[in-house]
Amino acid sequence: MNLPQNPATRRFLGLLPAWLVIGIFMVMPMMILLVFSFMESDPYGGVDPGFTIEAYRQILFDLNFDDELEFDPVYLIIIGRSILLALIAVFGCLIFGFPVAYYITRQERRVQNMLLYLVTIPFWTNLLVRTYAWILILSGDGVIEQPLKSLGIIENSLEMMYTNGAVATGLVYSYLPLMVLPIYASLEKLDFRLVEAAHDLYASRFQAFKQVIVPLAKPGIIAGCILVFVPSVGAFIAPDLLGGGKKLMLGSLIHLQFASSRNWPFGGAIAMLLLAFVMIALLWQLRSARKRMEESG
Amino acid sequence: MSKKKSFTLGELPGAKIWTLAFFIYLYAPMVVLVVYSFNENRRVMNWTGFSLDWYAKAFANDNIQRAAWNSLMIALVATVCAVTIATLAALILGRRNNFRGKDTSTGLISLPLVVPEIATAVATLCFFAVVGIQLGLISVIIAHTVFCIPFAFLPIRARLEGMDDTLEQASRDLYANDWQTFRYVTLPLLMPGIFAGAMLSFIISIDDFIITLMVAGAGSTTLPLYIYGMIRRGITPEVNVISTVMLAISIVFITAYWLLTRRQSVTTH
Amino acid sequence: MKKLLIAAVSSAVLSFAASGAYAAGELNFYNWTDYTPDDLLEKFQKETGIKVNLDTYDSNETLLAKLKSGATGYDLAVPSQNFLEIMVKEGLLEEANVASMPNYKYVDARFKNPTWDPEQKYSSPWQMGTTSFVIRTDLYDGDCSSLKEFFEPTGKAVGQLGVFKTPEEVMNQAHLYLGQEMCTEKNEDFKALQKLFEGQKPAVKIYSSEGTPDRIVDGTVVMSSGWNGDMFNARTKEGGTTVKYCYPKEGVVGWFDSLVIPKGAKNIEAAKKFMDFVMKPENMALVSNFASYANAIPDSAPFLNPELADAPELKVPNGIPIAFGQSCGEKYIKAVDKIWTKLLQ
Repeated sequence: MNLPQNPATRRFLGLLPAWLVIGIFMVMPMMILLVFSFMESDPYGGVDPGFTIEAYRQILFDLNFDDELEFDPVYLIIIGRSILLALIAVFGCLIFGFPVAYYITRQERRVQNMLLYLVTIPFWTNLLVRTYAWILILSGDGVIEQPLKSLGIIENSLEMMYTNGAVATGLVYSYLPLMVLPIYASLEKLDFRLVEAAHDLYASRFQAFKQVIVPLAKPGIIAGCILVFVPSVGAFIAPDLLGGGKKLMLGSLIHLQFASSRNWPFGGAIAMLLLAFVMIALLWQLRSARKRMEESG
Repeated sequence: MSKKKSFTLGELPGAKIWTLAFFIYLYAPMVVLVVYSFNENRRVMNWTGFSLDWYAKAFANDNIQRAAWNSLMIALVATVCAVTIATLAALILGRRNNFRGKDTSTGLISLPLVVPEIATAVATLCFFAVVGIQLGLISVIIAHTVFCIPFAFLPIRARLEGMDDTLEQASRDLYANDWQTFRYVTLPLLMPGIFAGAMLSFIISIDDFIITLMVAGAGSTTLPLYIYGMIRRGITPEVNVISTVMLAISIVFITAYWLLTRRQSVTTH
Repeated sequence: MKKLLIAAVSSAVLSFAASGAYAAGELNFYNWTDYTPDDLLEKFQKETGIKVNLDTYDSNETLLAKLKSGATGYDLAVPSQNFLEIMVKEGLLEEANVASMPNYKYVDARFKNPTWDPEQKYSSPWQMGTTSFVIRTDLYDGDCSSLKEFFEPTGKAVGQLGVFKTPEEVMNQAHLYLGQEMCTEKNEDFKALQKLFEGQKPAVKIYSSEGTPDRIVDGTVVMSSGWNGDMFNARTKEGGTTVKYCYPKEGVVGWFDSLVIPKGAKNIEAAKKFMDFVMKPENMALVSNFASYANAIPDSAPFLNPELADAPELKVPNGIPIAFGQSCGEKYIKAVDKIWTKLLQ
C-alpha cells in the first residue's frame, strides 16, 4: 500500500474526516440554531418561517397581557442567578481547592501521583450519579439530618434541598477537580527556594504568599476559574435535581424550551447568549495569557 | 535548613487537615451512594439491613439490561469512530511542522470542549430535525462521536509530540515504504496514546447525559437516561445499584488510563 | 488474538445494528412513568412473540415536544384527549382503524367514537382518571374542600407543597378555581392566572410531575398535585394511610388517555396487535390493577382488584364538577407558556 507522497494531499486527507464530522455535526448545528433563534415559534414545537427578533427582544422586553411592551426582569434574574451561582462555584472551588493543590505539590513524587489520581477519579465519574449522591445527603431524611434528628438536636427539617445553596454545593462538588489540577500544574513548577528567599528577606508568611506564590500560581488559578465557570454557568443537572425545578439557570431554561415549552427560537436565543458568555470568559483568559507571555518577554 | 525550620510554607497551617477534609468531601457522597445500595429497604435512606436483593433485581431488569447494552454499544462505536478520526488528525497536527490552517484545525477539533453541553445538545437536536435524521441510536452515536473526538485527540497528540522521529527515519533509510513505516514503526509507538484516547472517549460517551437526553429517541435509552428517569420517579436502592455499577466502570477505565499514561511517561523519560 | 478481538467486536456491532431497536418483532412503547405493568408486556410477548421496549415521559407536553422534534420510531404512545386532538391536527399520528379491531366490541358504548377521535381512527382506550391535589391528614389541618387551600396555601402547607412541573393540568385546575372558561383568551384571565401562580410559588417546595406518591408518603411535602390512581397506590400499596385525595368543591380535572401510533412507527402491525390486546377485558384489568385508574372496558370488572371498586380515589362524589382539558388555540398556548416559564424563573 502506498500513501500519497505530496505532504499537502496527505494533510488534506488526514484532516478531512475531522473537518467533515465536526463541521457537519457541530458547526452546522450551531448555525442552524442561530438561524432558528431568528424565526417564529410554532406553538406546538418547531419553527415557522419568517424573520423576527422576538426571541431576543423577549429576553429584556416582553409583551404583557395588555399587549404593551414592557421591561421584564424575569430572564435577567435567571441570567443573574446563573452567573452568580457560577461565580460562587468558582470561588468555592478556589477556596477549597487552592490549599489542596498547594499541599499536593509539596509531597514527594509518588504521593503526588497518588493524590492527583484521587482528585481526577470523581471528574471522570458520572456527573448525574455524583449529583444524585447529594440528594441522599441533603434531603429531609438524608445522612445529615437523620442523625441530628435521632439525637434530638433538631426537630424540624433543615430544608437544605431545593435551595440555591443546594445547587451551589452541587456545582462546587461537580467541578472541584477542574480547579485543583491547573493550579497544581502551575505550582508544580514553583521553585520553593524562592519562598525561602523571600522569607530570608524578612517577608512575613502572608507577604511571601502574596508576593511569591500567588503570582506564580496565577495562570493556573485563571485557567481553573474558567474551567469551573464555563460548565457551571450552563449547568443543567444540579439545578434540575437539587433546585426542585424552581431555581432555573440558563441550562435548565434552554432545556425547558425544547423539552416541554416548545419555544425553539427562544431556547436558541438563550443558547446563543450562553455561548456569548462562555466566549467572553475564554477571550479574557486568552488575553491575560498573552499579556503574561509579553511580560515575561 | 537549620534555623528557618519553623518556616515551612509547604505545610501551610492546617493544609494537611484541609486536604483531608477535601478528600472526605470528594469521596463521602460516593461512599454513601455505594453503602446504601446494600440497603434492603425500599426507602433508600431508611437503613434496615444488609441485602444484595437490589443488585439481583437490577441485574434481572430487562430495561436496565437494554439500557446497559445500548450504552455499551454506543460508547464502543463512538469510540472507534472518534479514535480513527482523531488519530488521522493527530498524525498531521502532532508533528513539529507548520502549515496554514494548523491552528484553525486544532481549534476546530477542540470546539466540542468549549461549547456548553446544553447548547451543543439543542443545536444537534435542531440539526437532526432540519436534516430529517430520525432520533434514535444513529443520532446518539453521531453526537457522541463528535464530542469524543477531542478527548481521543489530546492524548494521541501528546504521545506524538513526545515521540522522536529517529526510528521512523531509520525505517525509511531501510527502504520501508511509508505505509510500512507507519504500520510497523509509527503505529506501535503511538499505541499507548491511542489506547489512552480510547479509554477517555469510552468514559466520556458512557457517562454522557445531557446531549443524549436531547437526541435520544425510540430504543436508544442509555444507562444515564434510565437513571435520570428513576431519580425523577422516586429513589430506591435500585438507583444506587446502577449508580454504583457506573462508578465502578468509570473507575476501572480511568485507572487503566492512569496506569497506561504513567508507564508511557516513564518510558519516554 | 488481535484479529479475534476485532472479529468479536465487529460481529457484536453488526448484531447490534441488526437486532437494533427497529427489528421486526419489537415494539417501542412510549408511555407515562409508572403507567405500564410488566406482567402486561410479558403476557403480550408470550402470546405474540413481540418484545416491548418501554421508554417513559412525565407529561403530555414532553410527549408532544419529543414527537415534534422528530423522535419518530416510537410505535405506541399514550396522550390525553386534548393532546390527542393536537397530534391529529399536526399530522403526528398514523391511522390505526381501531373500530375494526376484534376486541373493540368490549369498549363501553359511551366511550366509542369519542369527540377527540370521532371515527376511532387513531386511538384505543387506555385509562381514565382525575387530577386534583392530595394532603397528609396527619401533617396538615385543612379539610381540603376547596382549591383555595391548594392555590393559596396557609398553615403547614406553606413551603411543603408539591406542584406538577408542566402547566396543562394545574392550569385547568386554576380555571376551575377562578371560574374561568377553559381555553380562555381574555387578557384579564391571563393576568389573574399569573397572579394566582406567582402567589402560590413561595409556598411551593418542588415542581415535579413524577415521584409524587413517594414524596407525599415520606413527608417531603404535605400537599401535592396528584392523579387519583397514583394516590390510591400511595395510600394502599405504599403504606401512606394518611394520604387523602381531595375533591374540592370547584371541581377536579378529568382526562382520558389513549393508545396511539405516532407517525414514523416502524412496527405498525405489532402496535395494532397491542391495541387490540389491551382492549381485552382481562388485559385491561392488568393495567387498572397496576396503575389503579378506571377504564372503558366494563367487562374487566370481574378481574379487577376488589379494593378499586369502592376506593374513594376512583369515585368522584356527587356534585363535584369534572372538567375535561380541551385542545386550545394558539393564543392560549402561548399565554400559558409565558406564564409558566416566568413562574419557574
